[in-house]
Formats: sequence, structure tokens, C-alpha cells
Amino acid sequence: MSRRPVYKFRLFIAADTLNSVQASSNLNALCKAHLAGRHEIEVIDVFKDPKRALAEGIRMTPTLVKLEPGPVRRIVGSLTDVDRVMQMLGLNADAA
Amino acid sequence: MKLARSSTVVALRKSPSGVLGFDEITGGGLPRGRTTLLAGGPGCGKTIFALQFLVNGARDFAEPGIFVAFEENSRRIAANAESFGWRLNQLRPKKLLFVDAQPNPEQVQSGDFDLCGMLAGLAHQAKQMKARRIVFDALDMVLSLLPDLAARRREVYRLHDWLMSRDLTCIFTLKAGAGEPTFTSPQPYGFMQFMVDCSVILTHSVVLGISQRNLRVQKYRGSSFDENESPFVIGDTGFNVAISRILGQADAKVTRERVSSGVNRLDTMLGGGFYRAAAVLITGVPGTAKTTLSGAFAEAACGRGERTMIVSFDSDGSEVIRNLTSVGIQLERYVKSGLLRLVSARTITGSAEACLVRIKALAKAHKARCLVIDPVSALANSVSEVRAHGVAERLIDWTKSERITLVCTSLLRENEGQAVGDSALHISTLADTWIHLNYLVQAVERNLCMSIIKSRGTAHSNQVRELILSNDGVTLADIFTAGGEVLMGTMRWEKESAERVAKEVAEVAGKLKLVTLDAQQAELQVRMTAVQTELVAKQVEKTLLASTTASRKAVTQRGSERMRELRGGDAPKHE
Repeated sequence: MSRRPVYKFRLFIAADTLNSVQASSNLNALCKAHLAGRHEIEVIDVFKDPKRALAEGIRMTPTLVKLEPGPVRRIVGSLTDVDRVMQMLGLNADAA
Repeated sequence: MKLARSSTVVALRKSPSGVLGFDEITGGGLPRGRTTLLAGGPGCGKTIFALQFLVNGARDFAEPGIFVAFEENSRRIAANAESFGWRLNQLRPKKLLFVDAQPNPEQVQSGDFDLCGMLAGLAHQAKQMKARRIVFDALDMVLSLLPDLAARRREVYRLHDWLMSRDLTCIFTLKAGAGEPTFTSPQPYGFMQFMVDCSVILTHSVVLGISQRNLRVQKYRGSSFDENESPFVIGDTGFNVAISRILGQADAKVTRERVSSGVNRLDTMLGGGFYRAAAVLITGVPGTAKTTLSGAFAEAACGRGERTMIVSFDSDGSEVIRNLTSVGIQLERYVKSGLLRLVSARTITGSAEACLVRIKALAKAHKARCLVIDPVSALANSVSEVRAHGVAERLIDWTKSERITLVCTSLLRENEGQAVGDSALHISTLADTWIHLNYLVQAVERNLCMSIIKSRGTAHSNQVRELILSNDGVTLADIFTAGGEVLMGTMRWEKESAERVAKEVAEVAGKLKLVTLDAQQAELQVRMTAVQTELVAKQVEKTLLASTTASRKAVTQRGSERMRELRGGDAPKHE
């Protein structure tokens, strides 16, 4: 099991706007299903920490940043298209 | 009962854009604390206008601004802006901040999203730099990523609310087709035009191969505005909107000061010369010394030490100088001293508006007090008649407001010259003084004649004069009429010499007569003296005669008395 990496995510949300809430729950569901026990999620509210959002160049919310394993990827949106998200995260093979 | 307090209603305030002409059209600028939509096709100048709004705000009105670039990289925008000499580096980043918000091509999208992230960041920056103005350039770029119209609408309204709550004056720029939105083919972001408080449309078209740019204010809530399309030019210093005189604009200060036309007799005919800041039109068919007359004016202006500019559409500056030197108008020394600026407008290309803007800029740079445009009719070549009229109107309005004395020549086509027709510019109705030059072909000669058709506010001669060009300059001569025929040129000279001879003969004859009369007078006087002397002699003679007669009588009487005494016969008489 050691070859299976730990996923580190950073999710930028805009307080409790609809898209952000959806993204949070979609991400949690996905992690629960495919990355149980090997994921870390840092949630940043852009309204509470605008400097952080600026520093990372976040224009749209929600934005999911996959930090590890590399390469770093960004996904914008409410993450409703699960297949697309899985593909981007390189989880298709795992799921199969 | 609750009364509405009038103090809660604040009249619309405006944020001056500092864009030449635009603030006049809108009566002060963009609505302060509201949003303005700037729509136009590619290359219309949306970004330039928006950036100029921020630059002027930051520099001249103490209103820092943020430029959010969705399409172009901010570095490139800033580099392009340098060509207008705006010196962004002096303002960045404290008074003018660029925020790059181009969608990342690497970024993957899944599902719906919103712009809260950007707004949160912007709110932070706006607060830090106390921004008063903000521009979202090419907002359509980010809106097009949103999945449906509802989402776009939602984000635009989110943005709008965000702006309103922060009292930021905002411009959205948006790509739009050339056509106006209609009910049958609505613009993709047509709803924005209803949302915003002010909407400005820029168009760029090519008419007869010449580029024409137009700006039109489509709506402006709570304010009156000039509803017509106004031509504009992107010049050396940025946006420049051409405006006609707007009602209520203060009239230019009028003056009674006169300036010389450069021809003494013409000054006399005009009752002292042109008025300062007058617009003078010289019309004529080709070759009627229009340029020469305007050159004489320029020479006189330079002679008074007034900065002068000649814009020549026909020939190069050096040619103008050479040609004018041949008729005794020496301009070279003034060019050397920097008093006179010659501009060959053959190098100015583009629409009439572009020419006018360029002329204005050059005249401003030269601080010209007198301006010659030769010929102004060249401006009309490139535009439709309606436009050309607007150009002439703006030209004259501008010179009057700047108190520049304008002399422009206008070419009349040969076939319409006799009718004293008007040029396409209709400038003659606007001009204060209109001088017309013409030929008179008579007895194998072609002579120039000049008349003043009108001169507002000044008495002027009704006489047609012959215009004479010589090595010594320009003069005017009287025209003789004899037997119902007008005499000019050599015929006038013949008549003049004949009259001169006749006058000499008459003078000599007069002198001769005077001498004769003098002689006769002298003779008579001599004779009068002789007669008088004779008269005196006669009188003396008469007196003498009387006295001798009396003494003789006395002697005779005494003698006879003595004889009687001696005879003693008679008694002595006692008398």
C-alpha cells in the first residue's frame, strides 16, 4: 500500500455560496469513496483570507488545488462532473 | 407620518474622465459610484479609453484605480500605454494597480463557479489603496467560461452589487459586434446594457477607404447627454473625442482688437483689419493668389511677434517659403527664429477628424496665435458632406475658444467659381470675414480681382479691387470703369497714364494762365498808380488856380479903389 500516495488538497471557497458548498461536499464524497484515509484538505475562505487568495492568484471560486502528488493541478467549479475530476486527479486507474 | 427627507436623495455626481471631449458630451464624465458599459468591436479603443479613465483619475483627480485585465496581459497593456506618454510607472502600483485575471489555460473546469475569489482579492486591494475607480477589461472573456446565461447574469449582478456597495466608479468593457442590438438578434450580453447606468458604444468603420471612429453614448441614467455619434481619434496622447459646440457652453470672449491682414489697403477696406480670433475665409479658383494673401497675413502676424502656424495641404513648407519670397513675403527668418511653424499636411493622413486633431495638437504645441490652413477644403475630400460641415464647425469653434485668428483658404472648382459657390465645408456661413478672389479675362489679359463678400461686425468696402503681386509684395489697386467697361491690368495702366498726362497738361495750362493774370494785374496796378498821381497833380493845379484867381481879384479890386481914391471923384465905399 505504500505506493499509493497521500493526496493533499487546498480548496478555496467563498463563504457559504452555493457553488462553494457544492464543491466541498463533492470533494468530500469523492475522497471518501476513492481516497479514504489518504487525503488532506485545507479549506480557505477567500472572504476571510483575501491575501491568501491574491497570493495564489485565485480569481474564481470554488477552486480546488491538488498539491500532491505532483504535478500541481487546478480545477475550477463546483466539481459536479465527477469523471472529469477523477481524470484530472489521475484516479481513473485506481477506480478501475 | 414619516416624511421623506430630501437630504437622503443625492444628485448624481460625475467622475471626470479627463478624456478630451468626452466630459463635454456627458456633462462632466461618467456616473460616480456607478457602472458604465463600454462596448465595441475589436480595435475600437475600449482598453485605451478605460485605461485613460484610470490614469487621468489617478493623476489629476486623486482617485486611485484598479485595472483588471481579463484578456491582455497587463504588462503588454502597460507597454502599449507608454506610447501615449502616460508614464504609468509614476502611478504604479500605489495609484494604479494592474490585476491579471486571464483565465489560466491549464486550469480545468468542472461545474459552475463564481467570481467571489476575485472580488474578495479586489476588495482587499481596493481598501488598501483607497481605490475610487475600477475597470474590468474584456469581461466577456471570463463570462464566456460560465456554463449558461443564468450563471453569467448572476455573476454580472454579483459584480454590480459589489461595486455599488463600495461606491466604486466602474467601466466594464465588452466585445460587441458592429451592429446595434435588436429584439431579433440580441447581443449576448444585452442584459448588461439594461443593468448599467451608462452605456457607451464605440464603432470603427471604413468609409471610402478612410478609417472613421465614432463614439456614442447610448444611455446615461439621470443625466442629459449628447445623443449623436461623435467622431473620435486615438492620437498621440490617447483618446480624443471631437465635439461640436454644446448648448449652454460659454461663448468665446469677443474682442474689438484688430489684426492686420498684411495688406494695407485691405486693412483699410475692412475698417482696420480682421478682428482678433476671427475666422477668415479666402475663396477662389486655382491660381488666384489665395496662398499669397494668407502668406501676407502670416508675415504680418510674425512681424507683430505673434506665434503663427501655416498648415499647407498642397505643398511642402520649403516650397511655400520659396514661392512666397517671389512676391516679397519673407517668411524664412521667422521659421528660423521659431516664431513660424510650417506644417505640410500631406504627411497627415486619415479622416478629417484625424487631421483636425493633429492640427489642434500641433497648434497647441506651438502656442499659435494665428493659424493659416491652406486650403481648408482639403479636409472635405475625405468625408461626407455632413461630416465635413461638422469638421469646419469644430475647427472654428476651437480657434475662437483658443482666441486664435484663423485664415483659411478654400478652393472653388473652376466651373463653379463664377457663381461664388460655396465649398463642401459650408465654411462660408461660419466664417466672420469672407474674401473672394477671381479672374477677369479681358483684352488678352488675366487679372486678379478681390472683393470682400462679408465681414461681420465691421464696416467694409463694397469695392472690387485689383490684386497686384510684385517683388515688393501684395497691393491693391482701384479698378477703373469706363464706358460701362471694367479696366484692369494694362488697360487700367493705360487709363491711369492717360489720366496722368491729361492732369499734367492741365496743370501747366493753369500755371500759364496764372502768370498771364499776374502780369495783367501788375500792369493795371501800375496804371492805377499813374492815374492817381495825375489826379493829385490836377487837384494841386486846381487849388493853385483857385488861389491865383482870388489874389488877382483882390489885387484888381485894391487897384481900382486906389485909382478912385487918386481920382477922388467918388466917395470911398464902406463895405
